[in-house]
Amino acid sequence: MLRFLARRLLIIPLILLGLSIVTFTVSRLVPGDPVKLAAGPQARPEQIIKLTEEFGLDRPLPEQYFMYMTGLLQGNWGYSISTKREVGPDLVTYFAATLELTIVSTLIGLAVGIPLAVVSARWRDRWPDHFSRFISIGAVSVPVFWIAIVLQIVLAQNLRLLPVSGRFDPRMSYPETYTGLLLLDTLIGGNIPAFLTTLRYLIIPALCQSLLVIALVTRQLRGDLLDIVRKDFVLVARANGIPERVIWTRYLMKNALIATVSMMGFLIGFQLGGAVLIEYVLDWPGIGQYALKAALQLDFQPIMGSTLFIGCVVVLVNLITDLLYRVIDPRIGLS
Amino acid sequence: MTQSAQPLVEIRDLFTEMVTFDGVSKVLNGVNLTINKGDLLGLVGETGCGKSVTAMTIPRLVPQPPARYTRGQVLFRGEDMLTKQGEELRQTRAQHIGVVFQDPMTGLNPVFTIEQQMVDAILTRQQSLHATGFFRGWLPSNRERRRQARERAIQLLRRVGIPEPEKRINAYPHQFSGGMRQRVLIAMAISGRPDLLIADEPTTALDVSVQAQILRLIAELVREIDLTVLLITHNIGVVAQLCNRIAVMYAGNVVESGPTREVLNAPKHPYTQGLLQAIPSEDIARGELVGVAGSVPSLLTPPPGCRFAPRCAHATDRCLTAFPRTIAVTSQHEVACVLHEAEAKTA
Repeated sequence: MLRFLARRLLIIPLILLGLSIVTFTVSRLVPGDPVKLAAGPQARPEQIIKLTEEFGLDRPLPEQYFMYMTGLLQGNWGYSISTKREVGPDLVTYFAATLELTIVSTLIGLAVGIPLAVVSARWRDRWPDHFSRFISIGAVSVPVFWIAIVLQIVLAQNLRLLPVSGRFDPRMSYPETYTGLLLLDTLIGGNIPAFLTTLRYLIIPALCQSLLVIALVTRQLRGDLLDIVRKDFVLVARANGIPERVIWTRYLMKNALIATVSMMGFLIGFQLGGAVLIEYVLDWPGIGQYALKAALQLDFQPIMGSTLFIGCVVVLVNLITDLLYRVIDPRIGLS
Repeated sequence: MTQSAQPLVEIRDLFTEMVTFDGVSKVLNGVNLTINKGDLLGLVGETGCGKSVTAMTIPRLVPQPPARYTRGQVLFRGEDMLTKQGEELRQTRAQHIGVVFQDPMTGLNPVFTIEQQMVDAILTRQQSLHATGFFRGWLPSNRERRRQARERAIQLLRRVGIPEPEKRINAYPHQFSGGMRQRVLIAMAISGRPDLLIADEPTTALDVSVQAQILRLIAELVREIDLTVLLITHNIGVVAQLCNRIAVMYAGNVVESGPTREVLNAPKHPYTQGLLQAIPSEDIARGELVGVAGSVPSLLTPPPGCRFAPRCAHATDRCLTAFPRTIAVTSQHEVACVLHEAEAKTA
């Protein structure tokens, strides 16, 4: 286990180094001049030359890369041409929003998906199964931004139950942040009205995002459960008189969850990269939106920053996943 | 010829079908089989003749579908197992029946330790179900029960011949050899002191050297804890050594049954005779291997009369159309063959 961990930890910097080179190269090869975009249409040529020098864009590419990486290793993520803000703090703020959304939608997804899968597999081809398959197929086949818009129209506009978009009520004073996760921060600050407001703003985005999780978890787990319930050890358990309830909730679950755990690792990594569509439609200030805006502006340092940041997060999540299913499945990694 | 033989299992006229893609397979065709208390009954026959379906019907472990019971009764301790379901069925399995399956490699859950699986089995068989469910280790009373069950598990493991059971109980199944896993499975099966142990080819998947040890273990347990055993096997030699009674199945019927010695010394059914001739002995070790001529009929479209008739050297026209009734040739030795009808009248 320790050797596995050490090996993985050694590889991670290499992966990130590779990622930084690729991102750097690609973002500089894209046609278009970020300086012109930043300076605006009325800029005079000497202003543009001055800005180019200021950003260091007149130097050779390898040197630019080296400069960027030296800054990065000193904790300097650079700054944005378009917003004139530091990239580092912005990344943290935007990522916190995405993280909060991911955590809540993953929890909803698991809380709904796992029971749905168990019910579906246990009463295979009966109405609970049809019901849950309808939900999971429906959830992946309908475009998520369409669901987001429908929820906005029905829940927010017509029924006026929830806010239309955004993360917090602009008319209220923004709560003090400690972790960046507003649900947690408002609880720490003991600010219950702000907590409830945060919750109301979270519901539509989290529901939209959790649909994918529900659908994938249900399908994966249902299939694995049906596969495992045919194994001999289930027959042995039945012969020993273990109740069906215990068999379905405990005996099969640990085996069946192995594949779901590795899928969840992928899915969480994917969500942490920012669900651009949901964040865009529902105006959720997450890292996906941040990266999208930067890309549209050819805003070079935020693009690099967000890519590397998301890269780090995905690598980390994968590492945790690998460790986790070594814990679940004793056959891996004990040798 | 033990007096006051009390039947533990009475299978009467059991008809079973399996629904397959190719059609409905008539797997059991009126099986009659009695297991008396204290018996060690060997059930022999070719692959696919219905041995396992017959045996697994007693604890109702045959999945339905595809199986379908169309007629007959399976009396266990005087109660018809075919009408039982749900909790009642589970209780009967937990308290009265132990099953040992063919393949020990797949019989244990790979992601739980031996301890977790054995403790659950023991507690289930003791009806302490709340200590196996979701809150199993959270309540102090459950923890105490599980600790006691662990002690019992260690005793059982020691009894079935696992060295250092206190340590080995914490291991995972993949750290055990096949023979050791089968011992664990036997320990789980007998943990509730069942009345009946069904052993479905318990040694087929094991090394020859381990086979004998496992069979010896089962024989010892029979003497120790008043077990009645139904041993399914291909190996007539094993039956000759271990079992006091034998039942021979062919294509969904018990064609002959009786005390082992009587049946093996004087087989009455042509199929049993063929089967015994097919055992390679030392005299013919250098010669050709003898088999039973012909092959097993398709159970999708079985022969209308005696199912062995197409392969039988003594078959008459009547055999091809009429199903033979079971005849007692002596008080315990029964055979389902028209050749012996005359003997039945004199017996």
